[in-house]
Amino acid sequence: MKARVHVTLKNGVLDPQGKAIGHSLNRLGFPEVGDVRQGKFIELELDETDKAKAKARLDEMCRKLLANTVIENYSIELVG
Amino acid sequence: MKAAVLVFPGSNREGDVAQAIELVTGRKPQMVWHGDGDFEKTDLIVVPGGFSYGDYLRCGAMAALSPVMAEVKKRAAQGVPVLAICNGFQIVTEAGLLPGTLMRNAHLKFVCSDVHLKVETSQSLFTNRYQAGQVIRVPVAHAEGNYFADQDTLKRLEDRGQIAFRYCAPDGTVDGTGNPNGSIRNIAGVFNETKTVMGLMPHPENAVEPMFGGSDGKALFEGLVEALT
Repeated sequence: MKARVHVTLKNGVLDPQGKAIGHSLNRLGFPEVGDVRQGKFIELELDETDKAKAKARLDEMCRKLLANTVIENYSIELVG
Repeated sequence: MKAAVLVFPGSNREGDVAQAIELVTGRKPQMVWHGDGDFEKTDLIVVPGGFSYGDYLRCGAMAALSPVMAEVKKRAAQGVPVLAICNGFQIVTEAGLLPGTLMRNAHLKFVCSDVHLKVETSQSLFTNRYQAGQVIRVPVAHAEGNYFADQDTLKRLEDRGQIAFRYCAPDGTVDGTGNPNGSIRNIAGVFNETKTVMGLMPHPENAVEPMFGGSDGKALFEGLVEALT
């Protein structure tokens, strides 16, 4: 099955890249854009059919490598 | 003092720090490749600067999981001193040897310049040749040096005297003007609880010869020699 992992900065952690993106969009004629937060999207192919098992393994992957839990949150989505 | 300097694919300051160590000890350190899970016992392990594994995913994230770092974690737990500079600092925070993390510089630019640092304590292997409150000048060169830790961690670090260096103005004032990257509370370097692991973003190894613009970093290496020989 396929999995999608989203890694985002925790609330309260300054995101200067998100800020820069927001400013650029404002300058480009999108004044409706307010706060912007940038994150990461990681797509993984898994050799696993059991959803619960896959989720547990992905959780471990996130904690060990994909996210830095000092500053980042992650969410896991299983597809197909 | 016998030292080991780790080398990852993408390290680029390992030669500089090896030279600084040779300058004060008269002997070349052992260079240890990232795939080596075992290496000769040494009095000091140095994790140098650079762009290990191309800084993929997050700076230091991949290197923190390399075979050599598994061994470094074991030895650090036994009390072997570890000096982690720049990318090395990023690697050891990712490896959990030091608290906090290094984020993208607040102004988003790579910063390459001399900075002033206030020495927070002389009570460590790494800073015993400095005076507490002394101001030194050393270079920085990084895009991700913005130290961050949550409030509880910061309080713990400060209560236990685990801050090694803070960015400051030339006169020692710790405020925004001397802060090159947005680091929280101007933190440039920290210790672990036992003060046997120190990580810092600036490069003391690039300030050991007056003809290259300053030698304020040399005392760090001299202090290590004194403590570990």
